[in-house]
Amino acid sequence: MNVCSLRIDDRALTVAAGTSLLLAARRAGIVIPSLCHLDGLTPVGACRLCLVEVDTAGPLAACVTAAAEGMRVRTDTPLLRDIRRSLVEMLFSEGNHTCAVCIADGDCELQTMALRVGMDHNRLPGRFPSRTVDLSHPLFGLDHNRCILCTRCVRVCDEVEGAHVWDVGWRGERCRIIAGLDQPWGAVDSCSHCGKCVEVCPTGALFHKGSCGGDHPSHPERLAALLRGRRRQEGPP
Amino acid sequence: MTDSPAPQRRITIDPLTRIEGHARITIDLDARGSVQRARLHVSEFRGFEAFCVGRPFTEMAAITARICGICPVSHLLTAAATGDRILAVTIPPAAERLRRLMNLAQILQSHALSFFHLSSPDLLLGWDSDPERRNLFGLIAADPELARAGIGLRQFGQELIAALGGRRIHPAWAVPGGVRSALNGEQRQGIRAGLPQAFASVELGLALFKRLLDERLREELAVFGDFASPFLALVDATGQWEHYGGSLGVAGCGGGIRVMASDGSLLADGLDGTAMETLLAEAVEPWSYLKFPYLRALGPEAGSYRVGPLARLNLCRRIGSPRADRELLELRQRGGRVVTASFLYHLARLIEMLACLEQIERLLDDPLITSTQLRAHAGVNAREGVAVNEAPRGTLFHHYRVDGDGLIEAVNLIIATGQNNAAMNRTITQIARHYLGRGQLSEGLLNRIEAGIRCFDPCLSCSTHAAGMMPLLVQLRGADGALLDEQRRD
Repeated sequence: MNVCSLRIDDRALTVAAGTSLLLAARRAGIVIPSLCHLDGLTPVGACRLCLVEVDTAGPLAACVTAAAEGMRVRTDTPLLRDIRRSLVEMLFSEGNHTCAVCIADGDCELQTMALRVGMDHNRLPGRFPSRTVDLSHPLFGLDHNRCILCTRCVRVCDEVEGAHVWDVGWRGERCRIIAGLDQPWGAVDSCSHCGKCVEVCPTGALFHKGSCGGDHPSHPERLAALLRGRRRQEGPP
Repeated sequence: MTDSPAPQRRITIDPLTRIEGHARITIDLDARGSVQRARLHVSEFRGFEAFCVGRPFTEMAAITARICGICPVSHLLTAAATGDRILAVTIPPAAERLRRLMNLAQILQSHALSFFHLSSPDLLLGWDSDPERRNLFGLIAADPELARAGIGLRQFGQELIAALGGRRIHPAWAVPGGVRSALNGEQRQGIRAGLPQAFASVELGLALFKRLLDERLREELAVFGDFASPFLALVDATGQWEHYGGSLGVAGCGGGIRVMASDGSLLADGLDGTAMETLLAEAVEPWSYLKFPYLRALGPEAGSYRVGPLARLNLCRRIGSPRADRELLELRQRGGRVVTASFLYHLARLIEMLACLEQIERLLDDPLITSTQLRAHAGVNAREGVAVNEAPRGTLFHHYRVDGDGLIEAVNLIIATGQNNAAMNRTITQIARHYLGRGQLSEGLLNRIEAGIRCFDPCLSCSTHAAGMMPLLVQLRGADGALLDEQRRD
């Protein structure tokens, strides 16, 4: 096994070569904030909240940066704290996140992250974009107002369920999650109604239809349990 | 609401204090110094009817509860009941009882705020007392027992709301199809334990107010908005006092919206919320964001009606609980079978507090109140829903239209305060004419005019909603001031 030794926040550790800095830090007992990362899904570095300072380069996304021999990593500096708060503020500013009336209020990773990064108010003005809600699916709904484009739904549907209903469509400020090459979700035959995308959504963007404030059904931790179970089934008898 | 000639002198009361929301009053005087007209200008604007469009109807309870921090429960329950219509379900019996329980707690705490905190400083300390002391703190200094009673009643109501919904303000608890959680035995005991003190507090307020009515508030009965007008409220299937209309339109429920003229003749009876558009129309005036609902059949002047505690007590045959019914009888002895004196809204509020406590006590004894079968699940089975409930300040209508997926296409909210708009304007005009006619303008006199509004306990933050329908009046005048052309958008 190829291994490498590095220092994260002055803690020395040795990990398998190729291990991401996010997982390496976790082994050292350091939890780096992230929103798009979910164990079991391919990391994409979409949210940038896991930025860390590496001595050989500028801030890098820990979820998509492999540990390397002799690397010195800092996960919590004034610069990183400022970047993280600014990133969360931009997420709030960019969408329409009204926690008070959101079905995910009290059980939302974005809300929790805002508290964690010390966002006691938003220094940026809201853009208040005009976005739609898709309730065409018989079981689930998608509220684009609350989507932070973490792409967990895209990845879980493609990599775990194998249905590949979701993609990211359009560009720039028009960028949004699309179902079946931009059809109403309910019109997409490939959707197996498994609900994994709803389970892994970090906000209230994907939800069970009919749910009201406080009904949020998101359980991202179930994905890891599901994958462990599958590995057991696929392993030797 | 016809326009009169330009006033010679205008008196403005701005801001209007000890009400919920923002408003000002103008009193226009003619060349001889007589009161030409008095107007309540509601100067805030909300816009819920516009920005709810496009949202799932299931979110309406959480969103519309945010209209108000004083009576969020009224909107919460009415939005949930409108959702019941869209699901086309009958909610479980326990859910209806629990919704009733929360509405009673809401009416109780809101009435306690109105009478004890906002109005009793005037009643107890006097209209002309020092404005520095004529407030809740002055009341605490002058009569700590009364102040404590008001605070305790609000606490009782708010804690009951919190026991049911998990929080005092904006509980996301009532949902289309029922309610989210049950009341447990321990909570039931806790509420029951607070009842004796709550009854004593209401009795204290009642005794005080009736004594003041007998001693030094006699003139106010005739001057603070005493006029003939229709009244509108809910009654139950047997004509008794009713506050929850969530089941109206459901087969076998009975009861409904009743409208009565001040001579006691019935103008409408047994209607459910779907009659709203036939029964009511809304006028707009360029000088206020608050619309003027009226009875369509009678027109904007004769059809202006009153809602709220006095309307509910006027329209019911009886309340249906012994202590409140005794007080209702006494109210009718004071003011007649249909009480037209708006000053007696205060007494009606106190009587309703008693009724709320008696009904809370009765509901707590109901074995179904701790049932856990609380929610009916269904999809969109109707594209339109209307629900009507009694909010503390009067009858509240929510009307939604949705698309096939359940996204809101149109919202119309008719709020109690709006329905009392014309009556509030008549009241302040009556007060201004009576007191200003006597000569010198004084602070105490202006306070009486403000107090005329407080009789109705308006909640202005609840009441201004429509967007895209802003009243607008553009006048083209020549150099001599003559009106050449006029464009009005209502």
